[in-house]
Amino acid sequence: MIAVDRSRLPAVGASPPVRFPTISKQRLTNRLGLWSAEHRGLPVLTFMLVLPSGSAADFEGYEGLAAITADMLDEGSGDRSAIDINAALARIGAHLDTDVSSDATVFTVTCLARFGRQALSLLADCIVRPRLAAEDFDRLRQLRLTRLVQIRDMPSAIADRAFMQLVYGAHPYAHMALGTEEALRQMTIDDVRAFHQRIFSPASATLVASGEIASGDFWQMAEDMFGGWEKPGAQTAIADPALAPPPLEPAHRLALVNKSGAAQSEIRIGEVGLTRSTPDYHPLIVLNMILGGQFVSRINMKLRQEKGLTYGARTAFDFRRGRGPFVLQTSVQSDGTAIAVQEAMNELHAIRTDRPPTEHEVETAKTALTRGYARNFETAEQVARAMSQLVLYGLPDDYFDTFAASVSKVTVEETRHVAYVHVDPARLATAIVADAALVGPQLTHAGLGEPVPLLPRL
Amino acid sequence: MNIPFTQHTLDNGLRVILHEDHRLPMVAVNVWYHVGSKNEHPGRTGFAHLFEHLMFEGSEHYDKGFFHPLQEAGASLNGSTNPDRTNYWEVVPTSALELALWMESDRMGYLLPALTTQKFENQRDVVLNERRQNYENRPYGLATAAITAALFPPEHPYHWLTIGETADLKAATFEDVRAFFQTYYHPANASLVVAGDIEPGDALDRVRAYFGDIPAGPKPGAIDAAASVDSEIRLVLEDRVELPRLYLAWHSPAMFTPGDAEMDLVSDLIANGKVSRLYRALVYEQRIASEVMAFQNSRELAGFWQLVATAAPGHTLNELDEAINAEIGRFLDEGPTADEVERGRAQAEAQFVYRLQTLGGFGGKSDQLNAYSVFLNDPGFFEADLARYERVTALDLHSVVVEHLRRDKRVALSVVPKGKAGLALAESALAVVS
Repeated sequence: MIAVDRSRLPAVGASPPVRFPTISKQRLTNRLGLWSAEHRGLPVLTFMLVLPSGSAADFEGYEGLAAITADMLDEGSGDRSAIDINAALARIGAHLDTDVSSDATVFTVTCLARFGRQALSLLADCIVRPRLAAEDFDRLRQLRLTRLVQIRDMPSAIADRAFMQLVYGAHPYAHMALGTEEALRQMTIDDVRAFHQRIFSPASATLVASGEIASGDFWQMAEDMFGGWEKPGAQTAIADPALAPPPLEPAHRLALVNKSGAAQSEIRIGEVGLTRSTPDYHPLIVLNMILGGQFVSRINMKLRQEKGLTYGARTAFDFRRGRGPFVLQTSVQSDGTAIAVQEAMNELHAIRTDRPPTEHEVETAKTALTRGYARNFETAEQVARAMSQLVLYGLPDDYFDTFAASVSKVTVEETRHVAYVHVDPARLATAIVADAALVGPQLTHAGLGEPVPLLPRL
Repeated sequence: MNIPFTQHTLDNGLRVILHEDHRLPMVAVNVWYHVGSKNEHPGRTGFAHLFEHLMFEGSEHYDKGFFHPLQEAGASLNGSTNPDRTNYWEVVPTSALELALWMESDRMGYLLPALTTQKFENQRDVVLNERRQNYENRPYGLATAAITAALFPPEHPYHWLTIGETADLKAATFEDVRAFFQTYYHPANASLVVAGDIEPGDALDRVRAYFGDIPAGPKPGAIDAAASVDSEIRLVLEDRVELPRLYLAWHSPAMFTPGDAEMDLVSDLIANGKVSRLYRALVYEQRIASEVMAFQNSRELAGFWQLVATAAPGHTLNELDEAINAEIGRFLDEGPTADEVERGRAQAEAQFVYRLQTLGGFGGKSDQLNAYSVFLNDPGFFEADLARYERVTALDLHSVVVEHLRRDKRVALSVVPKGKAGLALAESALAVVS
């Protein structure tokens, strides 16, 4: 019989090291990269086609072009319509997911292992032989314009846009992948075709596979289905638009988007942050756990558990190829807006000055990050997604195996140092979506300044 | 295809289900209490969910919050409340299994001594903010409240949303907490799954040690409630939205009863994804809607099937209603195609296999074992559950639509922009939600 001692908590030991499956790599003659990792246990496969180009590649005035182009790919291929393609996917229980972020475009198909050939063949149809027809473009554009109309009603989506525009100005990270109404209205199918020709090249793409599949079988399938993907025309090297320098200062320090009758205030506080390649990456993720990266973080404990002002508050360093944002986000009761902003600012100030991360905080943040790390590699899709991160950010193959060691090495001094250097209320911009009549006077009265009225571009 | 398990019942009535899977050095701990918002009463709605929050505030032997020791042990954890049940889970590294059992058993056995009015009032504020964020400040956020209020009469426990009425949350008292805990939070009303990197004999010993001494309580009685809609009910709700949206709802079979799986399949066939009938007709061809979806809400006492379509700019809810009726009419005339039946089966099979990939969390294997345990007293129902979908024929799909999706027995809710009640279907009455 096991004795239970309720006078103290049971000790927790070290977790075994994470062993990411071996990654096999190959290139087809058209230079398409092939990456695969066997992940056995269930008859499931995930394929991912990864392109290192996303909405940051939209030209000025063409915001939304990358996303609508990606969306066009399953809208028809050869003599098959969008409905035909999706029916074929449904018949094998699969689904094509298209994700366009600022830095990347990723197509994902997960299927039962026995349907691997059909699923990969359908993915190839979309990628290699898209129809890019004018009538499909018109329909998709209308749906996207409607989506933009709906976003006007969504305080959280408005807050995200207001914040990014405030902080990024004319930088390509300022706009969301969906783009703007003005840009979408003037786009034509020819723009999509030209963009597609420029971006969708086997030489820059990587096809990732994970699940019950041997690398040799995957290479053969990929050769059969993607071997004929040739890039038409000459290639010109283009500078990565994400690397353009963002503004040094936000447009305003405090901006307020009016939403009459809003039941809460959506708050974003932040600035231009850092790139994925920053040498401070590991100390910063430790810092973020302490600041606002988990339930027990300082920001959430203060705003939710102590003050009861919100359902939750968090911070994130969004590391991208270029300098992604650092942002604190929360949604608070209207009459607590000014208090919430003040309390958040106090915490941001304190962590770099009079209440720096403690030894205990750093230690527990590190164990929180590392002890359960294995759960990130449970499904075929998670393993494929992990590989896509290596592809997109040029990380070494042993990145996941060495993650825990890299985090464990972070010291209290390093964590304090990155807090001091990378978090500074004096640099931060605040965007709020709220009922301005209720919230404006509150902010001014609390000494936070006169908020600038803002209407984000949509 | 199944989730292998062993099952035991402790002397205090706690059901314990163990599942071994060594693919990851992790263990999922999952506890279901058979209580949800259906156990509440008018005037005190939202209490089951508020109570769930209190379960994370510490217990007698560790009173510093539930999250701290588990997050630093590398766990992910959460809980949720729905009309029928409340669940709590942790996914922990193998070496933290003992910690997870310690924490779960402490709050099952010793919650009340640690609770204070201050914690209660703080979490009530948090829940009121959760309600504002996820319902009041979200476009169309109160539509479901209007639908369930129309489908189920005021005394029926599905009449209200799990999040509860604001006034009821404000009226809840600290004294209510004790009675609720004593009635619903005890071993005989709970089911525990421990799944993953375990040795079942050893895991059972630990579970016995931690949970065996918690006193048994009387199992709460079953709830008896009935509801029907005998004519068409038309309602209108004004909201801070740009585009009008039509919600159609019908009573449908309860969870795991005959017709439930069929109605689930009908959802995809009629309205989900680009291949569905309504997407093709309303969004792809006629372009009168910007989006359409449907789902079968399978619940313990009753089900309801809901269809949602948002008008494209310049189009009306009347156009949508007519087009939807035409498509349902066509389905009734022709029945499903062989291809549609085949697709439904293929998607069901794939979804069941995909679900086996994840040990813990919402919808993971441990959560599924508990769903079958609590609702059917049969954790081994996985294969039979899939079989419900695989044996469905074209005739079955046709029959459930004939039986349940009757135009004269539905709730039709028009959600329209503020001040534009005229955009609703004709003769809609004002929906009352708060």
